[in-house]
Amino acid sequence: MIFFDRVSKVYPDESVALENVTFSIEPKEFVSIVGPSGAGKTTLLKLFLAEEKPSTGAVFYEESDVHALGKKEMNEFRRKVGMVFQDFRLLPNKTVYENIAFTMEAAGRSDEEIEQDVPHVLDLVDLSNKVWNFPRELSGGEAQRVAIARALVNEPDVIIADEPTGNLDPVNTYDVVQILKKINDLGTTVILTTHNKGIIDSLGKRVIAMERGRVIRDDRSGKYFA
Amino acid sequence: MSTKEMFLTKLKRVIRTGFFNFWRNGTVSLASVLVMMVTLSVIGLISFSGAILDTSLVELKNKIDINVTFVPGAAEADILNIKQRLESLPEVFLVTYATREETLAAFKERHANDPSILAALDELGENPLGAVLNIKARDPSQYASVAEFLESGNTLSSGGITIIDRINYFQNKTAIDKLSALINAADRLGFALTVFLAVISMIIAFNTIRLTIYIAKDEISVMRLVGASTAYIQGPFVVVGVIYGVVAGVLTLLLFLPITYWLSKVTENFLIGFNIFSYYLHNFLEIAFTIILSGVLIGALSSILAIRKYLKV
Repeated sequence: MIFFDRVSKVYPDESVALENVTFSIEPKEFVSIVGPSGAGKTTLLKLFLAEEKPSTGAVFYEESDVHALGKKEMNEFRRKVGMVFQDFRLLPNKTVYENIAFTMEAAGRSDEEIEQDVPHVLDLVDLSNKVWNFPRELSGGEAQRVAIARALVNEPDVIIADEPTGNLDPVNTYDVVQILKKINDLGTTVILTTHNKGIIDSLGKRVIAMERGRVIRDDRSGKYFA
Repeated sequence: MSTKEMFLTKLKRVIRTGFFNFWRNGTVSLASVLVMMVTLSVIGLISFSGAILDTSLVELKNKIDINVTFVPGAAEADILNIKQRLESLPEVFLVTYATREETLAAFKERHANDPSILAALDELGENPLGAVLNIKARDPSQYASVAEFLESGNTLSSGGITIIDRINYFQNKTAIDKLSALINAADRLGFALTVFLAVISMIIAFNTIRLTIYIAKDEISVMRLVGASTAYIQGPFVVVGVIYGVVAGVLTLLLFLPITYWLSKVTENFLIGFNIFSYYLHNFLEIAFTIILSGVLIGALSSILAIRKYLKV
């Protein structure tokens, strides 16, 4: 379903972010990508979302090369992928409700659907009492749960979580990981990048380890270190 | 939903978001509106300065006339004959006749404070002045043909000799031409200056709006990543730009009320008959249309141009 075909990314200053990376991810998988900072994890995700173009190689989603998509198909593709970032990236001038509604509006959903789904998904991440707050009024854990709700609301095929627990304390980290696990159990593919050994070990799912732009290990059993 | 319904829903959402963003970014909005007000004031200035210069040009043109002075010995019948023929010319608006005695009386009155001239007149014993015909044309450009008519043989007396002493058109012509050239030059210079100022302040307004969008650049990339289309991201920013323009336009128009009222005394003294306040009130709709339309265009275009850069993701 997701296929990286011999992908390399070299930046104009000659620094190599990715080197000949090949792997595939099946539907409904939960995959963690681990490795030290600068290993290429974030570049990998940016290439998947077509925020950046690979220097060589190609990235496929289902049958199509994501870098060959037209503008319209690109927007449709991105709506099938829910994103969760380390720094939350909520829209600061919108309330919690509006942040989530915006994603649905962008996908062209009707007002009725929005009124029905937003409270539902906020209930799922246990934030029904913060509907009309602005992001600056939320704690880190709450903000991240809003971000997850936003990623979920369009019922995406894939959720990508880029270091989602990087700014969170252990309790909130645990909550976020539990939510991601629940999402995966309901049938959504989850791709998670993290430094956190504890998370990986507790998940027991597939782990792709990266170092200096290469995949050094792809382990079905799920340990941070082999 | 049908395509049309979807379009209307999206339009409604874009406009609503625009209003929310304008209101929630209060400080930024205030700054942008103030900068925009400067721009729109300069644009308003173009309209006012044009009107002031036009009025003074018209005023000057109304002051132009031709005086035909006859030789003292000219017969009144000949003069009245010329007057009649002048009146029959299509270019001529009004001809007034002043007899020798009236001319003398006017001359004495003008020099009432100058005893030496009056004494010299007394010494002469007889009236040295000729009768005068004062001619006003319908349009200043027609004086030349009126003067030409007088210069040609049409105005000879019955005896075949000329009875016209002098025609002051040719003396005044140079001064009049110079003055109108001066006003025209001032008009053009003023226009160029205001256009220059307008361009500068437009660039400043554009940059201010660009900054407000720069602040939102992370937001824009997030919108992109959740799959929002270009129009859907751009729309609210354009709406905000339009709101800046309308609000700044209305405030500028309100601000012009006390300013022109205060200036009206100055302009009325300086330019006889021109009251900038009543000019503003009389031409309010036109000025309001120009200023608000300029505001809307500057706001919308700045937003569209500024946001393009951040939509490439």
